[in-house]
Parts: sequence; C-alpha cells; structure tokens
Amino acid sequence: MTTDALLSVRDLHTYLATRHGVVRAVDGVTFTVGQAEVVGVVGESGCGKTVTCRTIMGLMPRRGTYSGGEVIYHPRGDANLLNLSQSQMQQLRGAHLAMIFQDPMTALNPVRTIGDQLLEAVTAHAAMTREEARGRALGLLVRVGIPAPEQRMRDYPFQFSGGMLQRALIAIALASEPKLLLADEPTTSLDVIIQDQILSLLLELQRDTGMSMILVSHDLAVITEVCDRIIVMYGGQVVENGDTETIIAQPSHPYTRALLDALPAGAGAPPAGAGGPPQVGERGKLRSIPGSPPSLIDTPPGCRFAPRCPLVTDECRSWMTELLDAAEAGHQVRCLRHEEARRHRAWQASDLA
Amino acid sequence: MSRFGTLPRRLVHLVIILFGITLVTFFLLRLIPGDPALAILGSSYTHQRATAIDNSLGLNKPIWTQYGLFMDHLFHGNLGYSYFYNESATTVIGQHVVPTVFLVIYAAVLAAVISLPLGFIAGTRRGGIVDQSTRVFFTISFAMPAFWLGIILLLVFSVHLNVFPISGFGGGLAGHLYYLFLPALTIALGFSTVLIRSLRAATIATMQAEFVDTARMKGIPYAQVLRRHVFRVAVLSVVAVYGVNLAFLISGTVLVENVFSLPGLGQLLVNSVSNRDYPVVQAVALLFAVLIVLINLLTDITQAALDPRVGQEIGE
Amino acid sequence: MSQAWVMHPSEALLKVAERTAKRSSSTGRRRLVLIAGLAMLGVAIICFVGAPLLTSYNPIKLDVLHPLAPPLTGGHLLGTDQFGRDIFARILYGGRIDLAIAFGATSVTLVFGTIVGLVAGYFGGWVDNLLMRIVDLFFAFPFLVLIIAIIAMLGPSIFNMFVAIWITSWVSYARIMRAQTLVAKKQQYVLAARALGYSRLRVMFRHILPNTASSVIVFSMVDAVGNIILASALGFLGLGAQPPSPEWGTMISDGQNYILSSWWIATLPGVAIVFVGVAFSLIGDGLADILRPGDR
Repeated sequence: MTTDALLSVRDLHTYLATRHGVVRAVDGVTFTVGQAEVVGVVGESGCGKTVTCRTIMGLMPRRGTYSGGEVIYHPRGDANLLNLSQSQMQQLRGAHLAMIFQDPMTALNPVRTIGDQLLEAVTAHAAMTREEARGRALGLLVRVGIPAPEQRMRDYPFQFSGGMLQRALIAIALASEPKLLLADEPTTSLDVIIQDQILSLLLELQRDTGMSMILVSHDLAVITEVCDRIIVMYGGQVVENGDTETIIAQPSHPYTRALLDALPAGAGAPPAGAGGPPQVGERGKLRSIPGSPPSLIDTPPGCRFAPRCPLVTDECRSWMTELLDAAEAGHQVRCLRHEEARRHRAWQASDLA
Repeated sequence: MSRFGTLPRRLVHLVIILFGITLVTFFLLRLIPGDPALAILGSSYTHQRATAIDNSLGLNKPIWTQYGLFMDHLFHGNLGYSYFYNESATTVIGQHVVPTVFLVIYAAVLAAVISLPLGFIAGTRRGGIVDQSTRVFFTISFAMPAFWLGIILLLVFSVHLNVFPISGFGGGLAGHLYYLFLPALTIALGFSTVLIRSLRAATIATMQAEFVDTARMKGIPYAQVLRRHVFRVAVLSVVAVYGVNLAFLISGTVLVENVFSLPGLGQLLVNSVSNRDYPVVQAVALLFAVLIVLINLLTDITQAALDPRVGQEIGE
Repeated sequence: MSQAWVMHPSEALLKVAERTAKRSSSTGRRRLVLIAGLAMLGVAIICFVGAPLLTSYNPIKLDVLHPLAPPLTGGHLLGTDQFGRDIFARILYGGRIDLAIAFGATSVTLVFGTIVGLVAGYFGGWVDNLLMRIVDLFFAFPFLVLIIAIIAMLGPSIFNMFVAIWITSWVSYARIMRAQTLVAKKQQYVLAARALGYSRLRVMFRHILPNTASSVIVFSMVDAVGNIILASALGFLGLGAQPPSPEWGTMISDGQNYILSSWWIATLPGVAIVFVGVAFSLIGDGLADILRPGDR
C-alpha cells in the first residue's frame, strides 16, 4: 500500500442552493486515491457519494452549485480541480478522469448509434484517421466483452441489454485511457449475475491498465470484495476510512459497524481471530438500520448519525469532530466514541433500537 | 425491424378521418336555414336551375342518399359549382391554391429559422437575456391578433420605411419571396412563440439527462455536447409540436391573406362567404381539412425518420 | 488539531449559497403575476362597464364635421375615425362585446367540454370511443376555417359567432378533461369512493371533478384570450359583429383603408385587444403556478 497519491481530496464541500434552502450535499470529505488503487465509497442513498464524484469531475450544474476545498490532481502539477476553468477541465476529462454512471439505459444518447458515441470518445483527445479510430473502437468493444462488435457499432442503445450497455459505457470511459475511473453504482441496476461479470471486468481492466478506480456503491458486500481501501460516508461527510481488512476487522464508527452487521451472513466475513470480529447477523436474517437518512438542509450542529446511534451521548449531539486517527495506520474515523465502538463486541439487535 | 410497420394502420385511421371530414363538410351545407337551392343560386335563381340543384344534391331524397350523391360527386372530382364565378368550384380553387401553399411553406420555414436558435439558447442559458425577453415577447404576442400584427408590420415596413410592397403576390420565385415576406413573417411570429417555448422546455429537460453527462465526461468541447447531444434530442420533441401547430398556421393564412391582399384560398374563403357562394365555401373547408390531415401524416413520418426509437416502439 | 470545529471555508461558502437559495424561492413572484393579471382585468372591466362615465361621446353617432382627427385633438383622446366617431368611446363600448365573448363563449364551452371529457374518461369503452372520434373530427379542421364556414351558413352576426364558437370550442376541454379523468380514475380516493358504494355520477362530479378542475380552469384563461382574438378576427373579416357596432375587430378592418393617413384607427383597438389578452394570460399563468407548482 505504498502508492503515490493520484488524487487528494481535502475538506471538500459542495452546497446546492435550492428554493427549499441550501442542501449541504457534501460537507467535509477528505480522502486520497493512490496510483493503481481501488477505493470504495460506501453509504446510503443521499449521503453525498454521487455529488462527490460529480464535483471531482466538474459535472455539477453551474447554477446553484457552490464548491469549496481542494481536489488535488497530482499528475497535473498538483492543480486544484475546483479552480480550473471549464475548458481546462474538459482537457482532463476523458484523458485523465472518466466516469460511468448508474443507469446505462439513460446514460447514452438514444438517437445515436453506439459506434458513433464510442468514436466520439476515441477521437476526443487524439487525432487519428478514420480507420484508426474505428479500429480502436472495435478493439475496445472486444476488450469489454461485446460480441459481434462490427454489427453492434451500428446499433442503437435501445437494442442493447442493460449489461451490454454498461460494457459499452465502460468502453467509452476507457477510450482515452484515463488515469482515474469513477464508477458510480455501476452494477446497481443490473441483475445479480451480470453484476458479477461487470465487476470482474472492471477489476480486470484496472489491473491491466494500472489505472486507479473509485467505486461507489451502497452495497458493502460489493465494496469489500473489490476494493483496496474503503471510505464510509454518511450525511455528506466521510465518517470512516481505511484499508479493507482493517475496516472489516476493526470498524470504528457505529455506522460502519451497523453496515457490516446488515450484511447477510458470510458476506464480507472477517478472517477469524482478528481482534473482536463484529457479530454478523444470524444466518439468513438481515438486520437493517432503523431510522432514516438525515436532512441535508437543516443540519444539526453535532454528529449527523446521532439520532440512529446506539452509543450517542449529549456531547455527540452538541458538536462534530474532524476525522480522528484510529489505532491502525491510515485508518481514520469521525466519532468521539470510536474507541468504545471498537470494543463493543456483542453488537446486539437491541442496540439498534 | 420495420420502421414504418404501422403505416397500414395509420392509413386506415387516415381514411376514417377523411370520411369524417366529408361528413362534417356535407352537413355544413345543411346548416343553411331555408332552402339551400335558393341560397346557392341567389340572384341567378331560375326555377330550372333550382330543380337542377335539387336533383344533383338530392335535396328531396333521404339524407343517406344525399350523402351518397355528395361522395359520388367528390370521387369524380366534382366539388360543386360556383354560381358566382360561373365555373366549377374545382377550377376556382385551382386558381387560388398556389399563393396559399407558397405562404404556408414560407411561414413554416421562417418559423423554424427564428425559433430553433432562440428556443435553444433560451433553454441552455436559462435566466439569460434571450430567455427573459422571449418570455415577455411570448406573453404579449400570444394576445396579439395575427391580423393586427400584420397591419403593424405593414405600417412600419411598407408604409413608413417602404422596404416591402404593400400587397400582391409578385412574379417569379424571387418576386414571390419578396412580396410574401411580411405575410409569412406575420404568421411565423405567431407560430414561433409556441415553438420557442417548446424547444426551451425540451432543451432544459434534455440537459438534465444523464447521457449529456456521459458526453461531457468524454472531454469533448461543450459546444459539441450541446450540438450533437442536447440539440439533437431536444429538437425531436418539437417536431410533434410543429406539426400540431401547422394547422393553426393554416388558419392564420386566412387572416393574413386578407390584410396583405393575397389572392389565395383564405381570401377566396372570406370573399365567398360575403358572396354567399356556398359551394366554394364548402369546397375550401374540405380542402383545408384534407391539407391538415396530410400535414399530420407528414409530421408522423418525419418523426419516425428522425427518431429510431419511434419506429421501433410502434413496429412491435 | 483533533477536536476543533470544522469551520471557516465552509461557513463562507454557506453564506454565499444561502443568498442564492433565497433568491430562487419565487412564490412571491407567482402571486405578483396573478395579481397583475387580475388588476389589469379589473381595470378593463371597470372601464368598459363604466364607459358612460368616462366619456361623453356616443360610440355610434356620426359626426361628419370631425372625421379622421388625430389623437389628442379637439377633445378626442384617441382621435376619431372616418365618420367622426370618437375612438376612445368606441374602444370602451366595444370592450363590452369582446368581454362578453370572453366570458360567455368560454364558460359554455368550458362546462360542456368538461362534462363530455369527464363522461368519456370515466365510462371508457364505446362511450369513450364514440365521443373521442367526434372530438378528433373537430380537431381535423383548421379552427378558423370551420367557424367561418359555420357562420357562412348561418349568417354573420354576433349571436351566430357565439353559436359557432360553442359548436367548435368545447373539444379542447373534452380532451384535457378526459386525459385528467383517466389518470384520476386510478387514484386511491376514487377507488375508495366506489368501494363505499357512491354512485358513479356522484364520484364523477363530487370527487374527480374538484381534483382535476385546475387544468381546465387554467386552459380556460388561454381559451378566453383565443376567443377574444377569434371574435376580433371575425369582426375584421366582416363575419362577426356588423357595423356600426364598435367591436374592435371591425374597427381595425375599417382602419385598414386609412392606414396611410390615419394610423390610429387601425392600431389603437389592437392595443386594447393585447391589453385584455395579456390580462387573461397573466391570470392563467399565475393560476397555473399556484394550482400546480411547477418549474420555471
């Protein structure tokens, strides 16, 4: 886990001005992505994972979006992406940063052929002849596992299945050989079987090209399978981050523990004997986390997980801490009571009342 | 995959509508209070002619027979006889068709030229100058009668500035284009407001679609994203609006022809009303309706040709 | 370093964002639009109804001594037409006619069309089919052409104008109401009402109608504008109000012949049309925003 950092996000805030008030969609996110590293971002819907990705890519709507903090992209002279102009960002997108979105059905232009859209990506940052471009495009389609590519190039999105479309999207994302791929819930709208295929494909590609990846999901099982490091988000903030083994073995934030607990038995199971494994739910029983996600408009002064936390105290409710260092290297947690949270062995269902 | 798989079904639908139109047109003549023959002949009334009319229209026969006679005449190209012009209605109409068709096409093209850029800009730069001003313009011009707008344009450009001629059709293609500019513009302006609003709404909706983000993600210039993705998709939803409102455009020709003294079908219609030339009124009404049906069909075909999804969905 | 507030940069950011958020909340603006429209309409109604109080001139009496007087001359605020009739007076009295059309023609078609749409949408089946075929038929004709044809047959007059509009305009309402009813039919409150055993008639009128009325009401404003323009168009063509009636369309038509010398005869009545039309438009816009809060 040496890796030089590729992308350093420090204290990122993204506020959205809406007619109902200011939505603090991202309110203090800090993490790094190393070279050739796969970082997982996990959290419930609405916790700010997607907005974080879009802010990094510069794809948030210009009106009403206010971003602060630093998104340092090291290969480009440590430039803060937030300060770049649209045309500077445009040069980075595709060639350095790429993103695939959750729903493949809506992520492609419905009235243009797949080939057209892929060629557009292939020629975006490199000049080449038409034959070369076509050759590259076909090669990409083969690489992502789409059969009969010459025929498929002439087809429209509605003629593809969800899984095939997602493959095509991956091909498009990789067309200009980016250094960092952000994958926002790439498998959520697909069948379970296809999910596995797409995930393996992504991993394969990542290993072959040496690019870094940020994988966003609300499904911790997927994240733990695939990622080197995990970032847990809640209420627009990073509440815990560290490498996968550490997080699984020593989850230090009550929310992380609850997420692990909610996994069906066997998923993300920690190596036996690693200090104080959390009690995964009994075979077959799913534990959910009671309560609902916090409002991002009227944010409380204290910890945002407080209403649902079994370890909450008055101090927790009154103010919010920065990310604190936990025992292991590279392991950080945003909780005043993280030491108790680790020790809390027998995590019972009653704790979550 | 047949893109035009539903054409047979649509043709049937078309035929039904056409029949319905003939029905309505047929009943129009029956609305006249009093004796139709008397009304039609007016000052040309002679007992002989009246009997001839009674026979050809079957006025003393049951209503079904009358309709049958009407349809029979129709299929033989007989749209009635105009006692005012002393020629068959078909001939009279033939003399007036060209200016109207020219005007309609001209206005349609002008409307597209005006609204597509404005609507798109209003959508991509919300709250900007173009957006605000088109909104104000829309509210006002919506309440503005087309004929009044025509008169104002006439006043300003023809009377005071002398840029355009006051009336008439002109000769030759260039002449037509010159003479018909103001009338076509009048109609186009009324038409444009709806188009601009539609395109604006479609553009705004399309810009929020995820495929636009995918396009941006590729790192292509923003202008290209707008052109090749946003515009191309937004424009599709406007085609339908265009088609529907084209009918309104045709109504507009009636008024505009009057203001600018153009010898087209619209003027023919109005004059025939004053002349109590009922057969011509009926024939023109029928013709207009058929034109609309054809335009709608054309719109559907255009939509199917431009949007691969449409053909596919319907073909299933 | 470990337990400090996460502050400063984000606080400043928050302030900026809040300012924008406040500005985009536009309920005030919507009400303003509605109020502006109502105010304009109110002014118009008062002027037209109170015409005798505002002007001492008779709108139809000829005054051959003062023809074609420009505005602001000889005591005529807006000038006179070719017969010496005061334009201002004619506009005021003419307003009564056009407003009568706006209210009279629109309300009848509103009621009739709504009922047809409600019935068609609710009962479905052959009733729906039949009614909608008839509606489609009317839509196949260019609106103005059909009305002209009907008036041609019946004879030009204000009353026949009403009749022609009644015959043709209800179809739009029927279509809108039917679409709304089809959606409403599947809603919980309708299913509940039927389950409670309420008669179909009652469900239609006491339950569905109040909940779906907003769309037709908003449309009726648009339709009112359309009817005013239609009436003036017919007047312009000589097919509606007949001389010496001071209807605005006929005034414009009269003024056409004098356009070169006396522009005011043809243009001023148009301003009145636009004024009243904009009033209705604004009311419609305001109502639309209030009844169905949307995105602008």
